[in-house]
Amino acid sequence: MSVVDSRAEEAPAMVAPTVKRLRKKYRRQDWAPYVFISPFFILFGCFGLFPLIFSIYLAFQYWDPASGLNAMEYVGWENFYYVLTDEWFLDSLYNTVWITVVSSVPMQLVALPLAFFLHTAYRRWRNVFSGIYFLPFITSTVAITLVFNSMFSKDFGVFNSMLTWLGSFPLLEYVFPSDNIDWFDQEHLRWTIAFIVWWRFTGWITVLYLAALQTIPNDLYEASSIDGASTWQQFWHIAVPMVKPMLYFTISMNIIFGLQIFEEPFIMVGVTGGVGQMGKTAAMHMYSTAFVDSDFGTASAIAWLLFLFIAVIALINNRIFAKSGMEK
Amino acid sequence: MSVSAVNENRKSAATMMGYLIVFAGAVLMLMPFWFMFVFATHTSSDILSVPPPVWFGSALEQNLQVLFERLPFFWNNFAMSLYVAGLTTVLNLLFCAMAGYAFAMYEFKGKGLAFAIVMGTLLLPQFLGLIPSVLVMSWLGWLNEPRALYVPAACTAIGVFMMRQYIASAIPKELLDAARIDGCGEFGIFFRIVVPLLGPAFGTLGLITFIGSWNNFMGPLVIMRDMERFTVPLALRALNGMGDVPWGAISVGSALATLPMIVMFVFASKRFIQGMTAGAIKG
Repeated sequence: MSVVDSRAEEAPAMVAPTVKRLRKKYRRQDWAPYVFISPFFILFGCFGLFPLIFSIYLAFQYWDPASGLNAMEYVGWENFYYVLTDEWFLDSLYNTVWITVVSSVPMQLVALPLAFFLHTAYRRWRNVFSGIYFLPFITSTVAITLVFNSMFSKDFGVFNSMLTWLGSFPLLEYVFPSDNIDWFDQEHLRWTIAFIVWWRFTGWITVLYLAALQTIPNDLYEASSIDGASTWQQFWHIAVPMVKPMLYFTISMNIIFGLQIFEEPFIMVGVTGGVGQMGKTAAMHMYSTAFVDSDFGTASAIAWLLFLFIAVIALINNRIFAKSGMEK
Repeated sequence: MSVSAVNENRKSAATMMGYLIVFAGAVLMLMPFWFMFVFATHTSSDILSVPPPVWFGSALEQNLQVLFERLPFFWNNFAMSLYVAGLTTVLNLLFCAMAGYAFAMYEFKGKGLAFAIVMGTLLLPQFLGLIPSVLVMSWLGWLNEPRALYVPAACTAIGVFMMRQYIASAIPKELLDAARIDGCGEFGIFFRIVVPLLGPAFGTLGLITFIGSWNNFMGPLVIMRDMERFTVPLALRALNGMGDVPWGAISVGSALATLPMIVMFVFASKRFIQGMTAGAIKG
């Protein structure tokens, strides 16, 4: 039916020359948007999608890139089996999770109360302080990790000097250690890395919460204070529930970016991961498998396993929030 | 009366405590920057002394000398960082504006799917395609070439998203229809009418693109092979690995790498923060 109808409508156009009809059919307005979005898709195809598909293929091969493309050898699931039973990988994954948890939990504990306080107690200085807290997020990880390297140095570092100085006061000498702490040894290395990660991202998360808090209508606070609510009650019963979507977002970011951590430990202790490989993360393990051991197949398997791990944790997080009744 | 006065007092004591904690936290956030600039003006032996210096010294020139000795190409590295970050920014602004404009202003077949793909790519972590990307670059003969850094980053999903949001909210469709009636072509409309109106969005996206590229470490790490072509972060890392660590030179190099960003941040912090929280608030 509809075919007949449209033909009937087009009938007058049949008289016009073919070129004109075609031009009308393919108006510029119709194909222009495809031209506009094409750069994204061309670039994504070449440098995003193709590498992604190729890395699935690679994960099932044994291949040292130095010996040429023909040297590839199909090994089935062997790479995955090898990685999952490889102690080095499992240790690096454990380190990654450890550093993520030990940096993210304090981040969350600090960021929301800090944002709430900046929101309620500051007017003129709010932007100055949120700017200061935000500054670490925009500076070069390499530069700042190198500076931290010197500050955490055992014999001359700023942190140890401060501890020694504090320990020189009466009474405090029992609290602070008398010997210099080796921040890069097996016991402390992950704490040190987690501290740097915490330092870098707390401000960003605080600013995100601050932005979310600013969308809460002031009437809610006013109404509650007329009813005699304390600031503490306002925090728990107005601010926290209202920023729940942002809480979900920042925890997702903690998971997704935390579990990819690479630069801080890589700069701090190098590709080996430091004493006892305590600073070796999963992404670093992937890097060293690919570019130090020249085993691209296993490295691709590591990449996919890490991606799956991150996706599963992110999904669990999503479920938990969905269950607790988050509505946007 | 007296109860509320006590309450007031307690409240203000808590508030004072809060101010103190926020201030202490700010000191902690700024401390590494402070020591970076202080150490940049001290010799290595000064830095190694106990307690370490906390105020500026006079060895800045000496440290610069050590820096240029150990990294003879430091200014090349600096120029390389500028070149890559600049080109990435210009291309990203152009391509993201184009795609964002199409998604905001046109109705076309497959639009929903195309936009879903754009947003979906945000979920893919960088490390996943890292290994094959290096292979792609070596097949193209782009290893050690700056274009291997700025071409793949020339149109980012987050940029497309930001541009779409901005264009949809800031540019009325009637304006485009009016231009069409006056006989302006589709590309003319984009370049002559839309682009000049995108100033604020260009500012925000430009800042975050530039800074992301300037601080990028993983990309240059797997692409750049010659020290002459290193970007600044790579060069700084190379400094770290050489025998006795030249702390003064490292500090002055780190200061040179971060100073441009800090200056930009001081002058445009609002725009920075806007850009880096945009995805979260609207998404």
